Amino acid sequence: MKLDSKIPSGAIHEKWSNRKFEQKLVNPANKRKYKVIVVGSGLAGAAAAASMAELGYQVECFCFQDSPRRAHSIAAQGGINAAKNYRNDGDSVYRLFYDTVKGGDFRAREANVYRLAELSVNIIDQAVAQGVPFAREYGGLLDNRSFGGAQVSRTFYARGQTGQQLLLGAYAALSRQIGLKAVKMFARTEMLDVVVVDGHAKGIVVRDLQTGEIRTHAADAVVLCTGGYGNVFYLSTNAKNCNVTATWRAHRRGAGFANPCYTQIHPTCIPVSGDHQSKLTLMSESLRNDGRVWVPLKKGDKRKAADIPDTERDYFLERKYPSFGNLAPRDIASRAAMTVCDEGRGIGDTGLGVYLDFRDSIQRLGKEAIAARYGNLFHMYAKITAEDPYSRPMRIFPAVHYTMGGLWVDYDLQSTIPGLFVCGEANFSDHGANRLGASALMQGLADGYFVIPYTIGGYLAGQKPGSVDGKRPEFAQAAASVAEMTKRLLGIQGKRTVDDFHRTLGKIMWSKCGMARSEKGLKEAIASIQGLRADFWKDVRVLGDGMNVNQSLEKAGRVADFLEFGELMCRDALERRESCGGHFREEWQDDGEARRDDQNFCHAAVWEHKGEPKDAVRHQEQLHFENVHLAVRSYK
Amino acid sequence: MKLTLHIWRQQKRSTAADFKQDGRMVRYELDGVSPDMSFLEMLDVLNEQLIKKGEEPVVFDHDCREGICGSCSLMIDGEPHGPQSGTTTCQLHMRSFRDGAEIWIEPWRAKAFPVVKDLMVDRSAFDRVVQAGAFISVNTGAPQDANAIPVPKADADRAFDAATCIGCGACVAACKNASAMLFVGAKVSHFMHLPQGRVERETRARNLVAAMDKEGFGNCTNQNECEAACPKEIPVRVIAEMNREFLRAKAVEEPPSGKRVGGDG
Ligand SMILES: Cc1cc2nc3c(=O)[nH]c(=O)nc-3n(C[C@H](O)[C@H](O)[C@H](O)COP(=O)(O)OP(=O)(O)OC[C@H]3O[C@@H](n4cnc5c(N)ncnc54)[C@H](O)[C@@H]3O)c2cc1C
Ligand code: FES
Repeated sequence: MKLDSKIPSGAIHEKWSNRKFEQKLVNPANKRKYKVIVVGSGLAGAAAAASMAELGYQVECFCFQDSPRRAHSIAAQGGINAAKNYRNDGDSVYRLFYDTVKGGDFRAREANVYRLAELSVNIIDQAVAQGVPFAREYGGLLDNRSFGGAQVSRTFYARGQTGQQLLLGAYAALSRQIGLKAVKMFARTEMLDVVVVDGHAKGIVVRDLQTGEIRTHAADAVVLCTGGYGNVFYLSTNAKNCNVTATWRAHRRGAGFANPCYTQIHPTCIPVSGDHQSKLTLMSESLRNDGRVWVPLKKGDKRKAADIPDTERDYFLERKYPSFGNLAPRDIASRAAMTVCDEGRGIGDTGLGVYLDFRDSIQRLGKEAIAARYGNLFHMYAKITAEDPYSRPMRIFPAVHYTMGGLWVDYDLQSTIPGLFVCGEANFSDHGANRLGASALMQGLADGYFVIPYTIGGYLAGQKPGSVDGKRPEFAQAAASVAEMTKRLLGIQGKRTVDDFHRTLGKIMWSKCGMARSEKGLKEAIASIQGLRADFWKDVRVLGDGMNVNQSLEKAGRVADFLEFGELMCRDALERRESCGGHFREEWQDDGEARRDDQNFCHAAVWEHKGEPKDAVRHQEQLHFENVHLAVRSYK
Repeated sequence: MKLTLHIWRQQKRSTAADFKQDGRMVRYELDGVSPDMSFLEMLDVLNEQLIKKGEEPVVFDHDCREGICGSCSLMIDGEPHGPQSGTTTCQLHMRSFRDGAEIWIEPWRAKAFPVVKDLMVDRSAFDRVVQAGAFISVNTGAPQDANAIPVPKADADRAFDAATCIGCGACVAACKNASAMLFVGAKVSHFMHLPQGRVERETRARNLVAAMDKEGFGNCTNQNECEAACPKEIPVRVIAEMNREFLRAKAVEEPPSGKRVGGDG
C-alpha cells in the first residue's frame, strides 16, 4: 500500500494556494459530462453535493434516513470554531492551527490542519449568507463563546442547536440543487459496497430500504461522507443508526483505514440509568463555560450536593489545570473524571458520575442569562433525568462521542483507492489523537464546501467522462456479493437478536478499548470479539424477508461490520505502544497524564485489508512537525 | 410497569384511500417496563420480545433519540408525540404513563404522508416543498464577511424560533385538514426576518404555497392544533406571517421569466 500524502510545496500558509494553482482544472463546459456520487448528506455530504452541483457536475447523493435533513450532524449542539477574531482577543488562523495541532496531541498532518484553520472563516460567511441564524449580540453582530483547549472565544453558535442550523443551511443549498435537477437525491437508500474497476472507484452498490431492491450506480468518482463509527461501543452519543458500514466495506475493497483506535470520550454526558438504555445523551461542552465540575473531597460522601460546603468540594479540573480550568480538553477532562470516580468519590447511585454545577453562574448572571445560553440543554436534561438543573447540579459522566480515526486520505482527501474521496468524520485527517470541541462541524463543512469541489477536479481532469458504465462485470459481481450476504443473514435463523450481539460487543469495547487500554485487556478483547463474531454468523436471528422494509436486516449488516471493525480497533490500540490524546495506554503514563512516544509513534497507522482483521497489515505515514514543534502537551 | 399496547401493523405501503383497508391494530401485553425508559426504549423491549417469539418487530422511524432529527413520529393515544407538550416521542419517558396503562400507537395519518410499513410513513412531500424555494439562492464561495450583514437581535431571535422546526410532521398529523401551514410558515418566517432572506421573498412565498398545494396538504382553518402538537413549540404566528407574505407577493407582479430568481446552477 503506497501512502503518498501529496502535501503541496511551499510555506505552510502557501500550500493550499499552491495546490489550487498547480491542479489541473476541468473546463466549465465539460463539468456536466462527469458524474459524482456522494454518499451521505450530513454537513460534509450535503455541502459537497450542493457545491459540486453548483459547479456543474452531475451529482447523485445518498442517505439512509428518510430525508437528507436528518443526518446525524443535526444533533451537534455547542458550536463551530472559526478564526474570525471578532472578539479582538488575539485569535488568528495560526492560533487556531496551533491549538488544533496541539489539541490533537501532535498526531495530525500539519498541512491539512492549517488549511482547515484558513477555511474556517469562509464557513461562517457562507452560513450567514444562507440564512443560518447564529447567536447575535444587541448590536446585531455575531456572538462567540469559548470551548475546551482554547484561550480565545472563537466558537460561533446557534443556542444549543448549532449542528441543526448549519445542517439546515447545507440541506437548503442541497435542496435548491435537487429542485434544479442538478442533484438526484436517494433517501432511504443504503450503500453496501464500492465498485472498483481497473483499480479506480467507479460506482457503488445500494439497497433500497423500502423495496429491498439491490442496485448499482456508476459514476466517475465516489465521495464518502458517511460519518463516524462511535456506535461500535453500542452506547454512545451518536444517533442510533450511525455505523461503519460504508467505510468498512470500502476498506475491504482496498482503502486504507487509519488510526481506528482514536476515539473520543466526551466528559459531559448524562450517566447511564439502566440496562434498557439505547443511547447516551451529550450535554454540550459549552456548558463548561459557566458550569463548574466537582466531586466531594471525601470518599463515599452521600450528602445532597447543596449540603456539601465549598470547603468540602474538589473542583478537580480547576485544581489540576489552573490555566484552562473547566475548559481543559475533552480527553483530559474525561480521564480526570474517571480518576476521581476510581478513587471512590463519584456521585449518584452508581458512583459513576461527577457534578456540573451552575450555582455560581446563576448567582452571578441570573437564571435568565443562563437560560438564554443553554435553555434547550437544561430542558433536555430535565426531561431525561426528571431533575431540575437550575436548582441542583447536573450529574455527568464521560461517554463515547466522536471518532478521529477513519479512512486514510491524502491532502486532496483521496483514499488509497483512486477516485474514492472521503470527507467529514469518515476520514482520519485533521484531529490527530483528540478533537477539540467545535471543530468537527468546521471540518465537515470545510471538506464539503471548500476542499472537495476543488480537489475532485484534479482527479477528474485525468479521467475520460463516463469511461466506465454499469455494464462492466465488476458491477454485477459486487451486487451479487451484497445479495449473497443479505441471503446469508436471513438464512441463519438462530436464537439471539442483532441488538443482543451489538450490546455484547459494546461492553467488550468499552471495558477493554475505552477510556484506558492495556496489552492484557486488548488481547482478551480480540479473542472475545473473534468468538462473538463466530457466534453471530451461527446464531443471529433476522426475521422477515429482504424485499420489504426490514430494520433488523439493516442492523444485522451493520453489526456484522462492527464485529470485524472492533477487532481491528483493538489491534490498532495494541500496536500503538504509547499514550496520546484519546488513546490512553495504562503502561505509558506519568501519574495519569498521557506519555507520548515521538521516537517510535509519530505517525499515522494505516491498515490494509487482507481477508480477516487478524491478517490486516499495518503501514505508517510519518508525520512531520515543521511549524508547531513537538512538545509535551500541558494545560496546567 | 405493566402495559397493554395496541399497535398499528401494516405489511405493505398504503394503497387504499381508506387506510383501514391497509392494516390493523394488534394488541400486545408488555411487562417489566421501567419508568426511566423512553417511549422508544419501551418499543425496543417489545421488539426484542417479538423477535424471540418469532414475530416480526414493529417498524418505526427513529435516529437521534434526542428530539432534534425529526425522525420519530407516532400518534400516541390520538396525540402526535404523545401526551407531553413540547416533547418528541423519543424524549417522552414512561414515567408520563401510569402502571397498567393501555396505550394506542398509530402512524401519522395524512394523504400526503402514505404509510410505508407499520408505524413508518413517507414524509418526502416536505422535502419537495423545501426544494421549491425554502432557501436563499447563494452559491458556495463568494459571500461577504459575515459581520457585514448586521441583524437586529430581535429579528435574529424571531428567525431562530421559526428555524427550530425539525420537520417531523406532527403539525400535519394533528390537523383535521392535514395542512402543512405550520411547517411551511416556519420556513417563510425564518427567512423573512433576515435581510439576506428578503431578496427572494415574493418568489419564495409563491413557490412554497404552490408546492404545498400540489403535494395534497389541506387548508388551514385556524384550529391551532398544530401549535399544540409541535414538539418545538413553533408558534402559529408563522402562519399569519406566511399569509401576509403570500398576499404581498400576489400584489407584486410575477417576474416574467418564470418561477425562480437567481436559481442558476
Ligand atoms: C451529540 C453530538 C453533539 C455534537 N456537537 C458538536 C459540536 O457542538 N461541534 C462540533 O464541531 N461537532 C460536534 N459533534 C460532532 C459532529 O456533529 C459530527 O462529527 C459531524 O456532524 C459529522 O458530520 P458528517 O457529515 O461527517 O457525518 P454525519 O452527519 O454523521 O452524516 C453521515 C451521513 O452519511 C449517511 N450514511 C452513512 N452510511 C451510509 C451508507 N452506508 N449508505 C448511505 N448513506 C450513509 C447518513 O445517512 C448521513 O446522511 C457532535 C456530535 C454528537 C454526537
Ligand atoms: S429520534 Fe430524532 S427527534 Fe426523535
